[in-house]
Amino acid sequence: MLQFLLRRLLYMVPTLLAISIVAFVIIQLPPGDFLTTMVAAMAAQDEDMDQAAMAALEEQYGLGQPVHVQYLKWMQGIIFRGDFGDSFGWNKPVSDLVWGRLALTFVLSLASLLFVWVVAFPIGIYSAVKQYSIGDYFATFIGFLGLATPNFLLALILMYIAFKFFNQSVGGLFSPEYQEAPWTWGRVADLFAHLWVPVVIIGTAGTASLIRIMRANLLDELRKPYVVTARAKGLPEWRLLFKYPVRIALNPFVSTVGWVLPTLVSGAAIVSIVLSLPTTGPLLIRALLQQDMYLAASFIMLLSILTVIGTLVSDLLLAWLDPRIRME
Amino acid sequence: MAVTDAKTLPPETVSSGAALVEVESSVSVASQWQLMWWKFRKHRMAMVGGVVTLIIYAIAIFVEFLSPSSPGVIRADYTWAPPQRLHFLRQTEQGLRWDPYVNGYKVEIDPEALKRTFVIDEEQIVDIGFFVRGEPYKMWGLWESDLHLVGSTDAEVPVYFLGADRMGRDLLSSMIYGTRVSMSIGLLGVFLSFFLGILLGGISGFYGGTTDNLIQRIIEFIRSIPTIPLWMGLAAALPTDWPPLRIYFGITIILSFIGWTGLARVVRGRFLSLRTEDFVMAARLDGASELTTIWRHMVPSFFSHIIASLTLSIPGMILAETSLSFLGLGLRRPVVSWGVLLQEAQNIRSVATAPWLLIPGLAVLVAVLALNFLGDGLRDAADPYNR
Repeated sequence: MLQFLLRRLLYMVPTLLAISIVAFVIIQLPPGDFLTTMVAAMAAQDEDMDQAAMAALEEQYGLGQPVHVQYLKWMQGIIFRGDFGDSFGWNKPVSDLVWGRLALTFVLSLASLLFVWVVAFPIGIYSAVKQYSIGDYFATFIGFLGLATPNFLLALILMYIAFKFFNQSVGGLFSPEYQEAPWTWGRVADLFAHLWVPVVIIGTAGTASLIRIMRANLLDELRKPYVVTARAKGLPEWRLLFKYPVRIALNPFVSTVGWVLPTLVSGAAIVSIVLSLPTTGPLLIRALLQQDMYLAASFIMLLSILTVIGTLVSDLLLAWLDPRIRME
Repeated sequence: MAVTDAKTLPPETVSSGAALVEVESSVSVASQWQLMWWKFRKHRMAMVGGVVTLIIYAIAIFVEFLSPSSPGVIRADYTWAPPQRLHFLRQTEQGLRWDPYVNGYKVEIDPEALKRTFVIDEEQIVDIGFFVRGEPYKMWGLWESDLHLVGSTDAEVPVYFLGADRMGRDLLSSMIYGTRVSMSIGLLGVFLSFFLGILLGGISGFYGGTTDNLIQRIIEFIRSIPTIPLWMGLAAALPTDWPPLRIYFGITIILSFIGWTGLARVVRGRFLSLRTEDFVMAARLDGASELTTIWRHMVPSFFSHIIASLTLSIPGMILAETSLSFLGLGLRRPVVSWGVLLQEAQNIRSVATAPWLLIPGLAVLVAVLALNFLGDGLRDAADPYNR
């Protein structure tokens, strides 16, 4: 197990390196940089920028240098000082901006993942055991609908319903009085009171696909001879179900975390823009539009790292659950 | 003695037990495509999905003729006009008569917000006709015409079957025009990723070893990055001063750049399992070149499967384009897609004033569901001997 863990950790190094390069290169792709965007914006308002000030800014951020030099400078700062560079748009170090938002994104994704599991598990089992029943058809239908609805549309519809019929807003993660407050138990409780709306919205698509996977896997298992044997020797049905087939069907369930997690993080990004949650989404899109390169690159990189770590955890769980994988 | 599975039989022959011998021979001489079609026909939801998909693509082809107006026409005095219900029968002295019409608008001023709002005026009647002359257009960019399937008989009075947006543009027309863009971007994107997927997946599965390992690592890497932030980054990299058509192709390339991984996995898996089959070995021993082995012998045996997975990946493309355009990073007017239209509904204020702006979402839903069912049916039918 330890060897497996070490090998997986070693595999992660090139992946992380590639992620950091991709994140940085994407940000460099658009023509121009933050300075040109800023100059254009100022020119639109009939203001001129002083040449000396521009040169000073260019020098400060190393904008004139080749890409690989900028990249190495950036990486050096991150690895040795935990310094992600400065955000041009906010005039603050990136690390001041990202961690709080990233933590909330993490909480949101984790809560969505738990929601997906808790909902998909019983419904998937029910759907398989009672195949072709009304409940199964209903679950399948809801599942298809959940897969076909873009989650931002779901967010919009929910917002509209809440506004129209309950006359309240469902956006945000905190009530106004807790918006800027320091962390207290009251604020945590307030967070959980608001969290369920985005969690349900983000989790729907994942739940739908996981129900289908669980159903298909369990159906495969239920047709195997050992189930017939167990039934023939008189094992109670629910015990038979949970003792063997469910445990085996659970295997792919865990491994799907690897791809469910990126979907959840993706979903969280777009839903949080619609619901204006204080997570990474809204800040990321603003940074991208403003060409605030260090902020945008840091977000893309950290979100990707978050999912890679999630995938690692799911692989470890799987190895712990299934000895065949460990031994490979 | 009959070993043929009832499921793969042509439906009409199953009931007639007398003609069992005939049935058996019809199955054994049926081509692979015939078997697939028989099996596909049994999948009711897939048939429905297939028909709906065909209808949607037909709409996408005849956009100019089907839409009552053009999506670019701005009528500032019809801001946020609500949908007008189409009535087919009109009450006259001689009783109910076939005479389609809609009710006109009257302006009401909200005393609290001091806001002008349009309400349906039961008194006014706007005559609706079929095959009417209206907004001129260029059919497929080839010839000029102004014939529309349905519209107001008086070209001066616009009709809004699904309401108007904040600039008085007709939502129904925009949605019909959006069908062409949204559906074609899905198709085009899938073809691009099909090319990448079959090439890289094929190389990976056929050669195995180090090449396979490398390509698999790349696929794993791409899949581990959350797509939306990556797409957002790439889409934001498209210069804003590009012409709409180039942006359209740029977005398609970005979508397929990430979408090919799933397809590559399917192709690789098929190659790996086929590589050891006897007929591949036979072809090789027969002196067939590598390319011939792949194209003449291996590809046909999983081609139907590929079509099924292609169909299943179109919805993902459509959803991705919708999300990107919705965020304002994808397509922009004058190009209209369903996502561009949904962008109008981005904040709660516009949704509250004009809930009909959410209707393009329904189009996305129907298209994605139909394609999903169709793809599911195709996938089941692609393996006539399984199950």
